[in-house]
Amino acid sequence: MSRRPLIREVPPASWFFRHPRYLRYMAREVTSVFVGAYCVLLVIAMQRLAAGPIAWQEFLVALRSPVSIIFHLLAMAAAFYHAGTWFNATQKAMPLQIGENFVPGSYISGAHYLVWAVLSLVVLFFAGVF
Amino acid sequence: MKERLVQLDVLRYNPDTDTEAHFQRYEVMCQEEWVVLDALNKVKESIDPTLNYRWSCHMAVCGSCGMMINGEPKLSCHTFLRDYPGVIRVEPLTHFPVERDLVTAPDDFMEKLKRVKPYVIAKQKKPIEEGEYKQTPAQLMKFRQYSMCINCMLCYAACPEYGLTPHFVGPAALTLAHRYNLDSRDEGRKERMEVVATKEGVWECTFVGACSEVCPAQVDPASALQQLKIVGSIDWIVEHLLPGGKP
Repeated sequence: MSRRPLIREVPPASWFFRHPRYLRYMAREVTSVFVGAYCVLLVIAMQRLAAGPIAWQEFLVALRSPVSIIFHLLAMAAAFYHAGTWFNATQKAMPLQIGENFVPGSYISGAHYLVWAVLSLVVLFFAGVF
Repeated sequence: MKERLVQLDVLRYNPDTDTEAHFQRYEVMCQEEWVVLDALNKVKESIDPTLNYRWSCHMAVCGSCGMMINGEPKLSCHTFLRDYPGVIRVEPLTHFPVERDLVTAPDDFMEKLKRVKPYVIAKQKKPIEEGEYKQTPAQLMKFRQYSMCINCMLCYAACPEYGLTPHFVGPAALTLAHRYNLDSRDEGRKERMEVVATKEGVWECTFVGACSEVCPAQVDPASALQQLKIVGSIDWIVEHLLPGGKP
């Protein structure tokens, strides 16, 4: 019998079921699919807008379909989760040291949430919501 | 002292006789305030002297006794039996070759640690009569957290990226590279970034964050790696997009 170390392979397709933290990571990664799909939808919207008023009206009607509304709700939930994970990560990636102390991480992430909220209000204002 | 009968399922592997590992059940009386390492020591002393595992300090400083305890990378000297009411499953650290029982081969980690040059590099050494290299408390605090690493390799066992792509330099080595890059006495950043800012360096990290969750010394390797990504990106922009730029 040869004396050899035991190599325990990582299952390439199911490793993320080994611990809830890996499932949380995969959930974060999957939400990017919705964010990407919404970007594609925006490109289609621009293409329809450029195609003329009739094409644009047809596009707006399609947006009101049940399938479209379900997609938008899913995409919005995914975008909130995705953005939240990254805003929470900013305190790790961009620590702020003043003198001997570091600014609490919650301040850094909180500032990102604040800017996000303000920018969202600005966008909604220009969209004519208020 | 309150005692309880502890059941341990320990992964056994003998490289001389086994082709596969198997679990062996031990039942041993332990005091309630003991840690898993105490239970293993009692097994070795009173039941099975052939059981192999590493340990040294018994105070979460040396980083020798890392194992998977109920599937989680832990220091066995820092894992209290009272937190585990049922059968405790003890395995060697994942992602490392198993030498025997709970003993893993750390060679890959040691080689990667050497590659990032985890020491202060000074281009010109000061003559001893000029005195020590001084550092303000603020300069120390910049890297202090990252200097607390005890090389226990729990972060490597938790990192799925390292398990799937073993050429990844990995959390602890990259964190130590960052620690020395941040040191005001150091001038070796450029040498380290040749290893760090590469595909198998920091760009293999997908920020699962498991390394920071399991770190027993609160080093937070995930934060070091994300900061290194920013540093690497700025270096690249300066070198490739700015006229006459040098990182």
